[in-house]
Amino acid sequence: MSADTLVVKDLYTHYRTRLQENVYAVSGVTVSLKEGRVLGIAGESGCGKSTLALSLMGFYFPPLHFQSGTIEIGGNDIMKLDYETLRTNYLGREIAYIPQAAMNALNPTKKVGKFIRDVVRVHKGDLSDKEIDRMANERFEQVHLPTRVLKAFPVELSGGMKQRTVIAVSTLLNPKVLIADEPTSALDVTSQKAVIKMMRQLMDDGVVKSMIFITHELPLLYHVAHDIAIMYAGQLVEIGSSHDIVFEAIHPYAHALMGSIIVPEEGLKAHKLSAIPGAPPNLKSKLSGCRFAERCKYATEECRNQEMEEKVVGQRMYRCRFSVDELKEKYAHE
Amino acid sequence: MNNERVVLSGKGITRTFGFGKHKFAAVDRVDFAFHESEIISIVGASGSGKTTFAKILLGLLKENAGEIEYLGQKRSLRTQKERKAYWGKIQAIFQDPFASFNQFHRVEKLFRDCIKIRGLKLSKKEAFELMRNACTFVNLKFEELYNKYPFELSGGQMQRLMIARIFLINPSILIADEPTSMIDACSRSTILDMLLKLRKENKMTIVFITHDLGLAYYVSDSILIMSQGRICEQGSAEEVINHPQFEYTKQLLGDVPKLNEEWKLN
Repeated sequence: MSADTLVVKDLYTHYRTRLQENVYAVSGVTVSLKEGRVLGIAGESGCGKSTLALSLMGFYFPPLHFQSGTIEIGGNDIMKLDYETLRTNYLGREIAYIPQAAMNALNPTKKVGKFIRDVVRVHKGDLSDKEIDRMANERFEQVHLPTRVLKAFPVELSGGMKQRTVIAVSTLLNPKVLIADEPTSALDVTSQKAVIKMMRQLMDDGVVKSMIFITHELPLLYHVAHDIAIMYAGQLVEIGSSHDIVFEAIHPYAHALMGSIIVPEEGLKAHKLSAIPGAPPNLKSKLSGCRFAERCKYATEECRNQEMEEKVVGQRMYRCRFSVDELKEKYAHE
Repeated sequence: MNNERVVLSGKGITRTFGFGKHKFAAVDRVDFAFHESEIISIVGASGSGKTTFAKILLGLLKENAGEIEYLGQKRSLRTQKERKAYWGKIQAIFQDPFASFNQFHRVEKLFRDCIKIRGLKLSKKEAFELMRNACTFVNLKFEELYNKYPFELSGGQMQRLMIARIFLINPSILIADEPTSMIDACSRSTILDMLLKLRKENKMTIVFITHDLGLAYYVSDSILIMSQGRICEQGSAEEVINHPQFEYTKQLLGDVPKLNEEWKLN
């Protein structure tokens, strides 16, 4: 059994708006990440995927607030640290983050090489320019990025190239955990493949020990991740191995989500895409009962009233009142 | 193969940008013929000239060479009157729903403009009835919406409103430029179903521009693969996806992650 790199227990975080209303974006997330594993997180827009990523980084700046729970990176609870220690000792070294608009994360007025020096110096102040340049050169060669990029301004690079550069920069200090928030959603399929190839290589070379990959492209997740967690309205509703989730999802929401997958394969035209009616619940109020009950085909009165517990069956966790066999029978009747 | 009449066709369409040694053709000698109630997908990598081609079809960019025919007549957009008439027949949905609406107009006013473009003279009651129909078509509630400004709506709602607008204008050709790239997989299937419904009920020709081959395969009858301004492969959706002829098409297909096949990353 390999060691856990990241352990999250009962994490609750919320946003506070200017009108002093709370939006409970992440409520009760428990998840752990093992060394050498890739965890995929999928879900609709607005279900809290990106907020979860920020929360794991300890990035609590208004309007985002921490409520309760523990986040352990390499055995240390980061919520007990002040932000300055966290920033210099953990971010970049232990846990790194690729933001959603990573292409715009580069400084447009600085050459990439100069930008890297600035970034590294924040986390490791004792390195000289020469050492940092050497590190950057080595890493760029390792991941087959042309080293001329270091002497270029961001505007001279294409979208896919910028994205790969940002990934190379964020993993320069060999973090244990890499959180990638939709790293490929703005790219076309060819550049997407190049980005995924590079991330796979970083994992294989042991530069990054484990990874959290956030996206809503399920076919992509199926190939990238070992495990997939499906998120809905701030909660994880199902976690399991990627094959189990994609082909035999248990939770009604996960099951419906798999109906919307589109891949260019024979027989796609024959099956009808399923859309889930309705909209996700408003997270401004504290919700009780199953959060998916309003849109669920199989919901009963009990689902709306009873608080849903996480159930563990074998390798997977799901959050539904019904047992696995009951749900499978329901799907078979469709 | 296709017995419907040709709505829009063109020969040798070329559009170049730049001068001297920086001159390059974004769209290079493209021939095409779109039939009535057909869905055509244009697929290509970024920078292959898909959007430039769409803008030429819409008449927003002028072609440098070649001729476009609409219903067998040579297209002319010289006067304002001709342009207005043409835009009553051809409409577009763009990638970013947030940038597609006039932010200062309420939904009701946006809809009334569409009725004006279509050239209908309706009483207030009839106009409301039509708007209500359009909203029902896209599963929105008109009573909740008509008094709102576009920025009060979510991305999925706005994209559906965009389709409601198309329903009101009822053009014979719709150009959809990556209409689903900004929304998640779940609302994507709703939008696609609505496009298919538009085609079925209004006999609309839909030109669907995307870089996702799976999406193209699902919605379209025929697929054009574009690369560096040229159309390198065209045919029915089944032919292109299941039996690709050209190297570039094969490469594109290999780059898409699939479920029943190993994704080669080397």
